[in-house]
Amino acid sequence: MPFIANTDQQREEMLREIGMSAADLFADVPAELKCAPPNLPAGMSEQEVGALLRALSERNHTHLTSFLGGGLYDHYIPAAVGELVGRSEFYTAYTPYQPELSQGTLQAIYEFQSCICRLTDMEVSNASLYDGGTAMYEAVTMALRVTGRDRVIVDDTVSPIYRTILRSYTSNLGIELIETHSTEGIANRAEIIRHMNDSTAAVVVQTPNFFGCIEDFTDLATIAHSRGALLVVSCYPIALGLIKTPGAMGADIVTGEGQSLGLPLSFGGPYLGFMATRMKYVRKMPGRIAGRTVDRLGRDGFVLTLQAREQHIRREKATSNICTNEGLCALTSLVYMSLLGKTGLQKLARLCADKAWYAQQKLLSIPGVRLHFPRHWYFNEFVLELPTHVDRVIRELLHHGISAGFPLVRYYPKMTNALLVAVTEKRTKKEIDFFAHVLENAL
Amino acid sequence: MIPENLKYTKEHEWIRVEGDVGVVGITDHAQEALGDVVFVELPSPGKKVAQGEEACSIESSKAASSIYAPAGGTVKDVNEDVTADPSLVNSDPYGKGWIYTLELSDPAELGNLLTPEQYKELL
Amino acid sequence: MKLIFEKSVPGRRGLSLPDPGVNIQAEIRPDLLREKPAQLPELSELDVARHFTELSRRNFGVDTGFYPLGSCTMKYNPKINERIAALAGFAELHPLLPQLSTGERLVQGALGVLHEMDLALRELCGMAAFTMQPLAGSHGELTGVMMMAAYHKDRGNKKTTILIPDSAHGTNPASAAIAGFGVKTVPSDANGVMDLDALKSMLDDSIAGLMLTCPNTLGLFNPHIAEICKLVHDVDGLMYYDGANLNAILGRVRPGDLGFDIVHVNLHKTFSTPHGGGGPGSGPVGVCERLTEFLPISVVCRNRDGSYFLDYDRPKSIGYIAPFYGNFGIVLRAYAYILMLGREGVLRVSENAVLNANYVRQKLKDVYDLPFDRVCKHECVFSAARQMQNGVHAIDVAKALIDRGFHPPTVYFPLIVPEAMMIEPTETESTETLDAFVAAMREIAEVAQNDPESFKECPKTTPVSRLDETRAARQPDVASLV
Repeated sequence: MPFIANTDQQREEMLREIGMSAADLFADVPAELKCAPPNLPAGMSEQEVGALLRALSERNHTHLTSFLGGGLYDHYIPAAVGELVGRSEFYTAYTPYQPELSQGTLQAIYEFQSCICRLTDMEVSNASLYDGGTAMYEAVTMALRVTGRDRVIVDDTVSPIYRTILRSYTSNLGIELIETHSTEGIANRAEIIRHMNDSTAAVVVQTPNFFGCIEDFTDLATIAHSRGALLVVSCYPIALGLIKTPGAMGADIVTGEGQSLGLPLSFGGPYLGFMATRMKYVRKMPGRIAGRTVDRLGRDGFVLTLQAREQHIRREKATSNICTNEGLCALTSLVYMSLLGKTGLQKLARLCADKAWYAQQKLLSIPGVRLHFPRHWYFNEFVLELPTHVDRVIRELLHHGISAGFPLVRYYPKMTNALLVAVTEKRTKKEIDFFAHVLENAL
Repeated sequence: MIPENLKYTKEHEWIRVEGDVGVVGITDHAQEALGDVVFVELPSPGKKVAQGEEACSIESSKAASSIYAPAGGTVKDVNEDVTADPSLVNSDPYGKGWIYTLELSDPAELGNLLTPEQYKELL
Repeated sequence: MKLIFEKSVPGRRGLSLPDPGVNIQAEIRPDLLREKPAQLPELSELDVARHFTELSRRNFGVDTGFYPLGSCTMKYNPKINERIAALAGFAELHPLLPQLSTGERLVQGALGVLHEMDLALRELCGMAAFTMQPLAGSHGELTGVMMMAAYHKDRGNKKTTILIPDSAHGTNPASAAIAGFGVKTVPSDANGVMDLDALKSMLDDSIAGLMLTCPNTLGLFNPHIAEICKLVHDVDGLMYYDGANLNAILGRVRPGDLGFDIVHVNLHKTFSTPHGGGGPGSGPVGVCERLTEFLPISVVCRNRDGSYFLDYDRPKSIGYIAPFYGNFGIVLRAYAYILMLGREGVLRVSENAVLNANYVRQKLKDVYDLPFDRVCKHECVFSAARQMQNGVHAIDVAKALIDRGFHPPTVYFPLIVPEAMMIEPTETESTETLDAFVAAMREIAEVAQNDPESFKECPKTTPVSRLDETRAARQPDVASLV
């Protein structure tokens, strides 16, 4: 066992030294509670495990040319990201409870929080949450705490995956979760306003929304505020290199999925939920927060702060039961954002939008293919309306090594022919042209 | 330090009654136990509380604690100064560090509270 | 050290982007565009590399030195696991692929990992089925408590309250409260384990269940655990096993055999996935047979032909608690670790973890108070009460350890021990390391006797000394804004 240092001889010496026998170690466990040795295979060598899992990994189809998005995107990850985050001083450390030994982690969290604020145009961010969906749930419960109200309105242009999470978590809480029905691919303002009353805690929307449409929620912010409710906006961080920010719209809580900021798709996780808000709500925000202070000698340093919100102090009265954040994922995104920088993020967002625009034009030139929501503006994802059932088309394109996109019918039963297509900077003109060619033949 | 002119709770609040209004704070012992106070979440004026009910909360860098209502009534004024400078609760718990005032609904309830002597014994 | 923003030079960039290849500009209505670019730092790749390398040197990890942080199981994280998680066949796999028509055939390798991990955890914990979805231990707790709620609702039970021992982790009551339950605290007895009489007096039809670690946070195994399970079951309550301390009994005792109905396992503790400076973790939850129908959606199942599929058709499920299949990359690392351990290895884990903890316990108990002096499991809890008579607190001992090259133990937890110092050495540490740690702790005890004033300056060897946490909380500076 390479992970256990002590030899049999050392173990014997240790036992002798402390006057115990091997049997004493588990003598406090009643014999009838002990189990037989587990029925697992014999331990394998590193080489064998590596080979076995490589073989399993090859049963996954990752060689496809992917136009699949739906909130998780196939962006390029610079080599420096893995190399730097892979320094074991970062990844083998625990939560920075001893700040003197954790200035690296703490300063990184502070810088991450700063980058999230700068990206979203908000005032304060936490150290991260699990993912975009649970972050939205945390934002909703935060809005309930801030307002002391119990109605939440969420439009169905918000990721259906996030909405199912919201439904699961709130089912025991005695709150009223109302889903409004989008019109023409954007949040249904009229229906949202109709449901807004004096018990409304939050209106929850997303930009670009699940259909890829860019939205401006300034109007909703004004209306929500006039009724004493908060506006919660979920967003796609790469898009914020180009599009109007939730902060500029007047959002009160901003959340999102940070996977696109340098994290691999990794079949669903680990990902990175982020959350930012206004300074006046900071003490109602869940999750860890790093703050800057000074040490005994007046030197700048960082600590976890505002901990009285958290479970290890407040126990059942805490703002959330969350204990860890996604520390290493937040660090990953920070390294990624630092490499891109101000102009890099802008250029990357532009690149994605331009390639998606090219793809859109190219695909719309195929007879019978049209935009499902024609009157809107898109970032890097859009909905095609095909002349036939989307599942047939997706299957056909898989034969050509193309993952064509997401079949919206999975969550929107009426949209049987709608294909959600995402384009990142990784897709080349050649790949887009080939996609169009194969799609045309498949119809 | 236990001033003679106040009434006390087992949860370490004090109340000073002026007519039918009571001024509420936490005791010297409570601030000492909490350590450096970093934030006081004041109750909203107009909030109705029953005797012994949680009125608001107070945070130090290591702990969070509820502040209970020593008697039933309606919250009248709150001390915004402790929001701006929470250290007042540490430095002057019976004076500038008061938390809120309460319009008492039933002054007879004050009879349930501890006298300075009784509170001293509790400690 | 400067903030990364202070190193920014206008116009610098750390990454080159590919030529667009398309000679066309996306049209977006101008009022939908961002007005000013996000003020991210502008740096070269080398600037970025130096910044984060410098930050890493201001950190302490398991690879840096001994990290006996009680309750956190800071064992060694094998390097091969990182390499496996980075394999393109896993890292580049889109989680929505299985939702495509016939998409499950595209992800058979990944579903296989999830299924095999389920089987391994069932075997190790004695449960009927596991979900890999919970994204951390506390998330597992919430999932478990939500299943408790669903179970009672299904049976028409009116349950309002969850019992939690006074020695429990703070996440337990927080999780229970967030799922809509009230919380009552069960006291510990003079032996440091749950007070049975107190428990009996608290049990009635309102009790939904009891959440427990076993061994508890004092590192003590409760010999009455089977009786506790029976008492709770008698009021149709469910027993929840907080797996934070599973390392102590791995391969020797199974929570399911003890009578627990729900179990969460912290893969980042027992199964050696990196703690990452505070996440990502993973907290799979296992349940007994009668609770399987409440597991979150989706569930990985196997067809007759051996292929895997995802079952979404589960009418009694608590629904979705995570977007997909959990922190797959973490589950994968833990699976690799279990394969390497094998049936012999898991026994070696608990044996060495318990031996190491008892070694430290016996070697230090003459100089530090040991409130519960009996054989411990994976961790032991001392008190600095004796040192406190000279004005030296647990936190001072912790800071003095830092100057001697060790990460401190968990201090001030569990709450029921004053001046607590909770030491969990884990199985991966050698005798030499433990001896060095013991020597340091003994020397510190001596200094506490002779020169208690000197602790005020500790730590002296770190980039910063003790930080002003009061100032941080009174005047929060939590972001560098423009």
